[in-house]
Amino acid sequence: MHKVYTKIDSIAGNVITVAAEGIKNEDLAVLSTRDGESLASVIKLDGSHVSLQVFAGGRGVSTGDNVRFLGHPMEVSFSDNLLGRIFNGSGQPRDNGPELTENMIPIGGPSVNPAKRILATKMIRTGIPMIDVFNTLVESQKLPIFSVSGEPYNDLLARIAMQAEVDLIILGGMGLKYDDYLSFKETLEEGGAMSRTIFFVHTASDPTVECMLVPDISLAVAERFALEGKRVLVLLTDMTNFADSLKEIAITMDQVPSNRGYPGDLYSSLASRYEKAVDFEGAGSVTILAVTTMPGDDVTHPVPDNTGYITEGQYYLKNGRIEPFGSLSRLKQLVNKDSRDDHRALMDGMIKLYAAYKESLEKKSMGFQMSDWDRKLIDYGTMFERDLMDLSVNIPLEKALDKGWEILSACFTPEETGLRTELIMSHWPEKLDRS
Amino acid sequence: MAMSKGRVVGINGNMVSVEVDGDVTLNEVAYILLGETRVKSEVIRIRGDIVSMQAFEMTGGIGVGDAVEFTGEMLSVELGPGLLGQVYDGLQNPLPELAEKCGFFLERGVYIQALPRTKWDFTPSVKKGDVVRPAAMIGEVPEGIFNHKIMVPFSLRSGSYTVEKIVKKGKYFNDDEIAVLTDSDGNSHSLTMNFTWPVKKAIDLYEERLKPVDPMITKVRLIDTFLPVAKGGTYCIPGPFGAGKTVLQQITSRHAEVDIVIIAACGERAGEVVETLKEFPELIDPRTGKTLMERTIIICNTSSMPVAAREASVYTGVTLAEYYRQMGLDVLLLADSTSRWAQAMREMSGRLEEIPGEESFPAYLESVIANFYERAGLVRLYDGSVGSVTIGGTVSPAGGNFEEPVTQATLKVVGAFHGLSRERSDARKYPAIDPLDSWSKYQGVIDLKMTDYARKILFRGDEVSQMMKVVGEEGTSLEDYIIYLKAEMLDAVYLQQNSFDPVDGAVGVDRQKYVFTKIFVILGSEYSVETKEAARHLFNQIRQKLVDWNGCEWKGKQFAMMEKDLEELLQKRLVSIDSEVEKYIER
Ligand SMILES: Nc1ncnc2c1ncn2[C@@H]1O[C@H](COP(=O)(O)OP(=O)(O)OP(=O)(O)O)[C@@H](O)[C@H]1O
Ligand SMILES: [Mg+2]
Repeated sequence: MHKVYTKIDSIAGNVITVAAEGIKNEDLAVLSTRDGESLASVIKLDGSHVSLQVFAGGRGVSTGDNVRFLGHPMEVSFSDNLLGRIFNGSGQPRDNGPELTENMIPIGGPSVNPAKRILATKMIRTGIPMIDVFNTLVESQKLPIFSVSGEPYNDLLARIAMQAEVDLIILGGMGLKYDDYLSFKETLEEGGAMSRTIFFVHTASDPTVECMLVPDISLAVAERFALEGKRVLVLLTDMTNFADSLKEIAITMDQVPSNRGYPGDLYSSLASRYEKAVDFEGAGSVTILAVTTMPGDDVTHPVPDNTGYITEGQYYLKNGRIEPFGSLSRLKQLVNKDSRDDHRALMDGMIKLYAAYKESLEKKSMGFQMSDWDRKLIDYGTMFERDLMDLSVNIPLEKALDKGWEILSACFTPEETGLRTELIMSHWPEKLDRS
Repeated sequence: MAMSKGRVVGINGNMVSVEVDGDVTLNEVAYILLGETRVKSEVIRIRGDIVSMQAFEMTGGIGVGDAVEFTGEMLSVELGPGLLGQVYDGLQNPLPELAEKCGFFLERGVYIQALPRTKWDFTPSVKKGDVVRPAAMIGEVPEGIFNHKIMVPFSLRSGSYTVEKIVKKGKYFNDDEIAVLTDSDGNSHSLTMNFTWPVKKAIDLYEERLKPVDPMITKVRLIDTFLPVAKGGTYCIPGPFGAGKTVLQQITSRHAEVDIVIIAACGERAGEVVETLKEFPELIDPRTGKTLMERTIIICNTSSMPVAAREASVYTGVTLAEYYRQMGLDVLLLADSTSRWAQAMREMSGRLEEIPGEESFPAYLESVIANFYERAGLVRLYDGSVGSVTIGGTVSPAGGNFEEPVTQATLKVVGAFHGLSRERSDARKYPAIDPLDSWSKYQGVIDLKMTDYARKILFRGDEVSQMMKVVGEEGTSLEDYIIYLKAEMLDAVYLQQNSFDPVDGAVGVDRQKYVFTKIFVILGSEYSVETKEAARHLFNQIRQKLVDWNGCEWKGKQFAMMEKDLEELLQKRLVSIDSEVEKYIER
């Protein structure tokens, strides 16, 4: 059955072509080269020409190397033995533990029937006001951190992971710097979370194809744990590297690029991964928190742009802060109606004023005379940035809301806030003239 | 005719090449056989004896040599009673039934009858010997809130048919024979309540198309007052991600004053459909007293579902809309997002190695988009009644830049443009429709002269605000500053609307007229203020009162009280009213 083919017809980039019969699309094969063995998967069939992408890359592959088809698609072992372990993108151990071969499950499986999904309802508290108050994170959400390179995005990711009340953390690293990988490990170990964590890590020096497999393998495992009732948090960093690996393969396959070299199906490829975030009725959930670095701080770059259209909001990390503009949690309205009666109104009202502050700031920088109103706004903006936006602030939601009122009342008269009188009556900190 | 057969010779993504033995038709449906599993596909190119098909499902596990069976039929939907309240995938598979059968995940190759086998209470409206033609009514059944007309199948060749047999009033399954017709050649045709229609073909069995005039009320102030959509018209909502396209369509699907709403969730998030799915069966439609689900059909092909079926889903949606229009109903089709549909075309075009146009979209993109929106329209049917299909599509332009092929092609054909702006959504000014850039060719609920007056103030206010960025507040005259404040106020209390507020979320026409008139007067009034500071203070007060007023139940006690309060404030400071404005309010 597992016939060995000894003649490779062509090698281009990470893609090889062999003449073979009876091969199925997406099947897995083992390629033996002088450097050892690598997995490869079928990505195209044309008559008897079978194209495969080689996980370890095409470098060093010779036309005389052996290809043995396994007769099944890519799989990963699934069991509790995965916990605390570290693997690479094709599921091979990168720690010193044993290789796992029991209970193999396919990766990149079918999507959940929308009719079986349930509405997200549980807030994930992070202690970060810019998240909890303004863009609440919700269990089963898919949400990336849009970051300029050099920002502490991985620290933020690790901090949220540690603070979130979840059963299991799966870290999918793509093109991860080795140092970052180590500091993730350290943070999780210090927090005592290592035993409920699984790593699938592709580092910057590993082969490209393995980078491409990381989301699928991480999410396949996450999905199974969720079906068993676990609340799983999947961290994917950095999805821009993932997209770049898709681009590389597409170019090797002579696909017509659509935008800055990225393939036309970039949207669908990203979506099929992100859409794995789900809350299963009667079982657990998968929450995806990802990092998307923005080349050149450009949100309109194809990767952040397509991502924004797929995910349920994004946290925009800039100058060490989560920016109120550009940041969004689309699921917040599902949870902030029951948190506190002033949550929604305060959230919108404070941002509207912050937008006005930015305008005044611009006026100021142009050297214009500051009106009374401008001065009030500038005070407001300064306090807002210091007491709520700064990432070192770590307070629960309720405290943060109170803080918001405090700032408003320190800077404005009630009617200047644009908030409804009713709400002001019940939350304005000073004694109001209620006549 | 025996159906053709073939064998797979190549696979590239979801494109499968097949060597075929016999005749094939373009856009015919074929199945790839994988043991028990049958993978549905559509023929999209024929070259000699090699046909290219797009598979509607994943192609993993398919191999060269696998058998293919052609059906001779175009991709079609099933029409008949029982469509309302359904949740379908892009190929009209009912998703709840699929879930019952397969559980959490969508399994490949499982297809389920679109219409449940149910008994319907049929009342005939023709008798033996009557002469009918396709689309003529032969009876009706009650379907929820409507009388569902049972019609002569649209697919019968045009001409007259004589009723040979018609069943008596009674309960019948939808696939029972209810009538037999004879054509002019003496052939007889057996009819059931169901029949099929190919989705890519417009249903055009009507007397004539009419010009859309009556507004389709959405209860969104900014739309109904300033950027109206007509019943039978078309409109588009382009906008960058997160600007509020989906929320706008969601609230429209709830509040729109039409008979039926069809939601085509095309390549977007599954979670958003779930919101509708869970909420609609609980929400009561004030117009009918029944749940919203009873007037809704959801076509759901979300982003992680196979791409080719995504392309089919908008056609499935519009075909169902046209079907109900044939019954003299007003139907609204909301497609979110048409860009995903265009991308599906692009993916396929790329695999076919067609010469790419701008941004790699196929050269025929524009005509395909135009043809789709052309399927909207107000029509007078053969029996004299009138029905409409209104289409509203969102567009998701790359980088939020409207200068891209899909937005531009859409703008050429639609009757209204609701462009969302990142600036407004960042500032939480919802709905984030840019009031200055957007346009509509339709007539709204308020006198155009009045809205033009308000629009002028918006433009002037914007100019002043731009100018102030250059010369500062100090370089701006008090007069200009007041115009700026008026524009800001109009924006804050009328254009912006809190979709999640139980009262403000949906504002009926009466209230819009009433409140707009009030604001119109304020816009045209001069108030006694000496300084900019004082002006700002006054308009802050007015704004506060109007914001509170917006939150009061229409015509409730609170509403009247607040209004009195506001009037007092205004009267105290009023100097004069613009004569032009006075002219309108007297009328
Ligand atoms: N009318 C509104 N009122 C209040 N909040 C809104 C409104 N419209 C949008 N929002 C907020 O913005 C978020 C994003 O809106 P929405 O999902 O409609 O964006 P979109 O334009 O469809 O984005 P995408 O193209 O990515 O699908 C919502 O989840 C909500 O928080
Ligand atoms: Mg949307």
